[in-house]
Amino acid sequence: MTKGLIDLDRVGMTYQAASGPVEALAGISASIGAGEFVSLVGPSGCGKSTLLRIVAGLRPATTGTITVAGRTVTQPIPDVGMVFQAPILLKWRSILENVLLPAELAGKDPRALRSRAEQLLEMAGLGGFGSKLPRELSGGMQQRAALCRALLLDPPLLLMDEPFGALDAMTRDDMALELLRIWGEKDVGREARKTVVFVTHSIPEAVFLSDRVIVMSARPGRIAADLRIDLPRPRTVELRASEAFGKLNLEIFRALTGKTIVGTAL
Amino acid sequence: MTKFGTLANRYWPTLVLFAFLLASWQAAVTFGNIREYLLPAPLSVWNALWHGDTAWWPHLWTTTFEIIGAFLMAAVVGVALGVAIAWSPVLANALVPFLVFVNTLPKVAIAPLFLIWMGYGIFPNMLMGALIGFFPVVINTAVGLSQVEPDMLDLGRVFNAPKWKIFVKIRIPNALPYILSALKITATAAVVGAIVGEFVASQRGLGYVIVTTQSSMNTSVAFAALVWISVVGLLLYGAVVLLAHLWAPWAEGVD
Repeated sequence: MTKGLIDLDRVGMTYQAASGPVEALAGISASIGAGEFVSLVGPSGCGKSTLLRIVAGLRPATTGTITVAGRTVTQPIPDVGMVFQAPILLKWRSILENVLLPAELAGKDPRALRSRAEQLLEMAGLGGFGSKLPRELSGGMQQRAALCRALLLDPPLLLMDEPFGALDAMTRDDMALELLRIWGEKDVGREARKTVVFVTHSIPEAVFLSDRVIVMSARPGRIAADLRIDLPRPRTVELRASEAFGKLNLEIFRALTGKTIVGTAL
Repeated sequence: MTKFGTLANRYWPTLVLFAFLLASWQAAVTFGNIREYLLPAPLSVWNALWHGDTAWWPHLWTTTFEIIGAFLMAAVVGVALGVAIAWSPVLANALVPFLVFVNTLPKVAIAPLFLIWMGYGIFPNMLMGALIGFFPVVINTAVGLSQVEPDMLDLGRVFNAPKWKIFVKIRIPNALPYILSALKITATAAVVGAIVGEFVASQRGLGYVIVTTQSSMNTSVAFAALVWISVVGLLLYGAVVLLAHLWAPWAEGVD
């Protein structure tokens, strides 16, 4: 197997439920290269969020090995930015102080990173909102602040767990474009970009954002398909209406449901 | 001016009702021939407050001192126990059943024991107030410290933050509204405890004044003492509300 930034070798996870052991993940092997934008799609309960946390070293795998940047993961890995479904901003801190939280938690001087934090907020369209409290911002703006927080220490790896799942459809599409812009799809080459692992259950979102979509099946979670998305970058709104986009959506839908012919009874 | 305007807008019904009740009360006593030792008129209570034989100041001071002492003791001990419970599962297992047991005891029933152990004085009455008021602080502190979103804790782990740092930066601020909410209950419990203590054993204090009026039938003095008690209680409660406003403005409107 080619060595990527993230290598998963026959990763499995079984947890103990009241009714007995439950196999959440089984035989997950994949390699994700540096600078790649990879989405994990799958039905609810297929273990995609669990897999993301295993990569981060936040949950242990039961079997198999996980390697990130050449090191076997046994505990939370350094240099990673995480974005969750909820913004989970600290209610009592201003937006700027929230963005600076990773510096404080990691034992770095937040004053040294203040201008970077302000720059990130500016880039995310939150320029004038640094001194506001989270509750004064809309859900989309809060999630953008959470993205700034994840980017503060400039991690090479970004793990995102359904970050736009709680937003309305229009805000969601905006955020996808915003994310690609911040990711630098226009400005920087592949080698300078961050590696992103993006968990979602929206097929169009996965296609629109990614270089590659890994489709998972449920109970236990397995890789059902691994598709390359060869759509041109930078991605545009018009792309969503193109034939190639629709074809990829259909292909992933088929991989998800296991149906080769899509019936009318949808 | 606008702030005063909104306050007036909000509270004029309260004031009108209060004035109406006072006036009806006065009228009932004056025209209904109710004897003063059964129900003194508001004006008699007013006279007892300002022109009577009772020197209020030492009593007022004693009870206020007891209440504040009880409140502070309950707050400090309650928060400390809550932190201990949230910090260590072993401590939680050791402390919680014991604390629940102490809480189910009717504290009033212990008051005579305090007299035997500690005699007359301010301290046993303070202790009574603290004993009645500390439990909600323990529970709310422990709950507030524990009710942190799991993702938030994952975030802390990603940055390899030490446990104490998570405590100081995330758990304690998170618990602050819970603690302040419990302290509102403690503020009223401290008043109850101090007065109960004075009922059982005291030589001074507003509770003591009320007990002495039983034999002298000087009911207006008892009512005047009640007025003082409610003034102290309301001021303490107001102070906690103000503190909540200053320390945890983000949680405004939670309770």
